[in-house]
Amino acid sequence: MRKVMKPMKDVGIVGYGAYVPMYRIRNEEIGRVWGVSSFPIEEKAVPGLDEDAITIGIEAARNALKRAKIDPQKIRAIWFGTESKPYAVKPSATIIAEAIGATPDLEAADFEFACKAGTEALQAAIGFVGSGMAEYAMAIGADTAQGRPGDHLEFTAGAGGAAFIVGEKSNESVAYFEGSYSYVTDTPDFWRRQHEHYPRHGNRFTGEPAYFHHIINAAKTLMEELGLKPSDFDYAVFHQPNVKFPLTVAKILGIPKEKVLPGLLTGRIGNTYSGATMVGVSAVLDIAKPGDRILWVSFGSGAGSNAFSIVVQDAIEEKRDLAPKVEDYVKRRKVIDYALYAKARRKYIL
Amino acid sequence: MGKPMQVSRYWRHFREKYRLIGGKCENGHLLFPKRPICPICGSRNIEEFQFSGKGKVITWTIVRNPPSGFEYYKPYPLALVQLEEGPVVLAQLTDVEPEEIKEGMEVEMVTRKIREFDEDGLILYGYKFRPIIKSE
Repeated sequence: MRKVMKPMKDVGIVGYGAYVPMYRIRNEEIGRVWGVSSFPIEEKAVPGLDEDAITIGIEAARNALKRAKIDPQKIRAIWFGTESKPYAVKPSATIIAEAIGATPDLEAADFEFACKAGTEALQAAIGFVGSGMAEYAMAIGADTAQGRPGDHLEFTAGAGGAAFIVGEKSNESVAYFEGSYSYVTDTPDFWRRQHEHYPRHGNRFTGEPAYFHHIINAAKTLMEELGLKPSDFDYAVFHQPNVKFPLTVAKILGIPKEKVLPGLLTGRIGNTYSGATMVGVSAVLDIAKPGDRILWVSFGSGAGSNAFSIVVQDAIEEKRDLAPKVEDYVKRRKVIDYALYAKARRKYIL
Repeated sequence: MGKPMQVSRYWRHFREKYRLIGGKCENGHLLFPKRPICPICGSRNIEEFQFSGKGKVITWTIVRNPPSGFEYYKPYPLALVQLEEGPVVLAQLTDVEPEEIKEGMEVEMVTRKIREFDEDGLILYGYKFRPIIKSE
């Protein structure tokens, strides 16, 4: 029984683009307010007052379009993965589609699967293009994640996102897909009920049976079925709720730290949830060489992992400079205190 | 219940607000926003024109007593931005501190949240301008 998924036609990434808001709050500053003195990361990105998952998605989508160099009217699907959708009922994807000029001849919908909603949208885009139904499809992952004030999630819940335009594999592809895989079980490690402001999590239960179990199984199955070894990969990007977890996964799989660090942004921007591995892969594409192979494994609570193997092509050299790089956004930073952070997260009642 | 809003009034302008789509008359005059009659030559033959979103700050002020619906955003900069194609747009600046704003500063259009109609109403998105992102 074949478990790895391959579309009928070979597909690739014709354009990618990321976005990270400019505001940062240091972990020490959150710790000052709540009396905590050991921290999972250095600082996290905070959305500006006028930003939400949709505006993050729009800028990421525009950057992807600049690199794809295609007419947005040729995009037949925009699938938007997020767990911080501004409207409970009303698609975010239609707003993004209108903003980039892709309406009206397309599919548009929002995907939800905790932190893997963006890669879930990507799997669908691969199938949509790979079956011949569409010439191009766009998958976006973006979040403005919230943690309950004082909860340890507050130290890492960041903001950012990335968009990928999938098309048939050609010289225009910055990378192509060798295959993908999805591993899903019903594991309640993290959830948010309807009308609740903040999510709840199973504390230590979020590690072993949830994050590690799914990512490692997804990565191993993908490699086995594609006949690849960890040493065949030049980079690896794993879901990054903090800095420690993805580095532990790399150690278990036998992948050196140096191959993980270029795509590990959480220490400087926080966990961008649906955007996390997508921003990480964008950062790797910003520096990768043609021929490099990237292992890409997301994780979403609830729980599941998507795994992809992609190979970088020559087009990357010309296309990466057509839009701002992840590092440009990471370096564009303004540190704010907890009072301004609370304002940005709308904690004040006027 | 939220205050009444005129959904159609906003919806009609989404293309202009999200993407800076203006007009170009048969004699090449560029208009933002698009109008039924060219104010320069009187032509009624006007097609849509996509502006690049690049421009320069002509002048600006800091709004400290905003109109209703914008209270949470104060203080915020409001500027006249001359688009590189010519027309001048009144818009908010974003991702910038008041002391960093300079006359002639180069800016680019971004689509951001303009306002929300209470907790249960429409969220309006539209153009704002920010300093151009430096790329390495």
